[in-house]
Amino acid sequence: MAWTGKILRVDLTKGSVDVEPLNMEWAQAYLGQRGLATKYLVEEIDPKCDALGPDNKLIMATGPLTGTMASTGGRYSVICKSPLTGAVACSNSGGFIGAEMKNAGWDMIIFEGKAPQPVYLHIENDKAQLLPADEIWGTSVWATDEWLHKRHQDPALRIAAVGRSAEQGCLYSVVINDLHRAAGRSGVGTVMASKNLKAVAVRGTLGVGNIKDPARFMKETAEAKQILAENAVTGQGLPTFGTQVLMNVINEIGAMPTRNMREVQFEGAHKISAEAMAEPRKTDGKPNLTTNAGCFGCTIACGRISTIDRTHFTIENKPQYWGNSGGLEYEAAWAMGSDTGVDDLDAVTYANFVCNEDGVDPISFGATVAAAMELYENGHITDKETGGVAFKFGSAEALAKAVELVATGEGFGKDLGLGSKLLCEKYGQPDLSMTVKGQEFPAYDPRGIQGMGLAYATSNRGACHLRGYTVASEVLGIPEKTDPLVTEGKAGLVKAFQDATAAFDSSGLCIFTSFAWTLENVAPQLDAACEGAWSPENLAELGERVWNLEREFNLKAGLTAADDTLPKRLTTEKANTGPAEGKVSGLSEMLPEYYELRGWTKDGQLTKETRQRLGL
Amino acid sequence: MKITLKLYATLGERLPPGAYENAAQIDVAPDVTLNDIIDRYKVPRELAHLVLINGLFTCEEDRDRPGTLSEGDTLAIWPPVAGG
Repeated sequence: MAWTGKILRVDLTKGSVDVEPLNMEWAQAYLGQRGLATKYLVEEIDPKCDALGPDNKLIMATGPLTGTMASTGGRYSVICKSPLTGAVACSNSGGFIGAEMKNAGWDMIIFEGKAPQPVYLHIENDKAQLLPADEIWGTSVWATDEWLHKRHQDPALRIAAVGRSAEQGCLYSVVINDLHRAAGRSGVGTVMASKNLKAVAVRGTLGVGNIKDPARFMKETAEAKQILAENAVTGQGLPTFGTQVLMNVINEIGAMPTRNMREVQFEGAHKISAEAMAEPRKTDGKPNLTTNAGCFGCTIACGRISTIDRTHFTIENKPQYWGNSGGLEYEAAWAMGSDTGVDDLDAVTYANFVCNEDGVDPISFGATVAAAMELYENGHITDKETGGVAFKFGSAEALAKAVELVATGEGFGKDLGLGSKLLCEKYGQPDLSMTVKGQEFPAYDPRGIQGMGLAYATSNRGACHLRGYTVASEVLGIPEKTDPLVTEGKAGLVKAFQDATAAFDSSGLCIFTSFAWTLENVAPQLDAACEGAWSPENLAELGERVWNLEREFNLKAGLTAADDTLPKRLTTEKANTGPAEGKVSGLSEMLPEYYELRGWTKDGQLTKETRQRLGL
Repeated sequence: MKITLKLYATLGERLPPGAYENAAQIDVAPDVTLNDIIDRYKVPRELAHLVLINGLFTCEEDRDRPGTLSEGDTLAIWPPVAGG
């Protein structure tokens, strides 16, 4: 079996570190990572607990294929109750630490309680200990990473850490690993910091050797890699252009949320696109994009490594940013670019660097700045609140200042750290918050891609593109093209994407493989690696079980069907340009059918039959 | 008639000289088909995956049909791409 069968349980209050066996019955029903860790969370915490109190738990979880030779098998997730939404949080990251954790012999680490003083967890295979973090508390992720490598004299140490934003209570702080990969959404970094846990540093050399049928596993993973290599998207498009290639696509189809989602097309989209990243700058003759990069075991390598022009106003006196670092993904470029109206590529890249440096979710950050800009332009926020910074749409200076303030929690950064929902409520304009369940939207306007409206409204972690990415079908034609402007058939499409995604997210694989693979390609790899019989059908059902388990957590936490909704702007204000001109989101046309397909009551509750069918 | 041709990602280098931000104004006959244009700019047909007229998707069956374009239209083409 590909599970190590071991959990590390860390009681931060007591300072104890204990080993316990993985519940293999649950592993058969929930697989690993997102699914299995959610099961542990549901069993171990009160969904009504304070997300930032000691009763919340934080789980770092790998999947059975994490750390194996399966392509993209380097994923891990951070699971807890979210302080941003009050719902379940599960944020997935690549890089290398997930595989390192697995190679150290651990399927999962469960953190509970709260340390009386700042600590970090150091793991070297089966030896794990909590150590004082006083010297690195109050420093950035990047400074923490450097300190830990020096402290342990081990360049191969893999590190996940929180930055100053999380320590200061920014509600959308992330856990950064390997300097610029992030478990990025729903404030999981804020929860980690609330426990006085600064970092996890891991060295694992044991390997993942307990594969059920090694020869078959080699054959299945090799065949699956061949599919990725021969697919135009995973073999060429993503490595060459990264996710940023979507910037011009989504703008062209009129689904590019712009200036706090007032508009659906951004006139500056090309200037912050993948194509622009590859063009030499006029100022220094070098392109923004330096190279691509891959995570552990990945044969796609969609990651971006970028360099900012040294004479750019954001870094001209800051040599620490003159080197290359994690560059823009589409979501970050959209949120900090189009949504704020900023078309200065290097300024947006600088904001991205700082988000990585101090552990900030660039999607929530960008969308919150966009809300602040609308509040400012409407006169609800003034220079008094912003400290004299003119928060006007299109201001690269305001964006750069905002990210510095959020990173350190200073001045107006405290307000921005509340997220869009609480910020807009604080200044008396709740309708200006572009959020679902308190989480900011990603980069697809549901007026131009109707299925995404339903995916956002029903997402268990609030507005999110990674819970049901119907863009693949509605825009990109994967696995088959559907019309983005109609609502018919979208309930079933959303459910299918949500269930399949939950299965991918529980396996240890990256969801980007799903541009070339279906569960038909995942199942043989799992079946060769893991005890049990794994088929596409039971993986789809497992995904559905995970989805319903998350739903049940949220219902117990106090969320209701009334939370399966969209901001008024998207259901009443018509798209003003492009193919979707005149359209609003048709959420109300899709939601009843979706509930029915899910086997839920009209008010969004799981029926007894659904619970029994899924073994909940 | 004049239309705007946009070629993106790996197709960008096939645009005529003078293209700006992956877009060029081109002259086409009123009865031109999309595949005529795709062939004229040496875009391999299998790489003309996402073909949009004014942002609306055009399926493969309609790419040999004359009359799909009008004066001032924008034709945008991508190879298979994805993101997230």
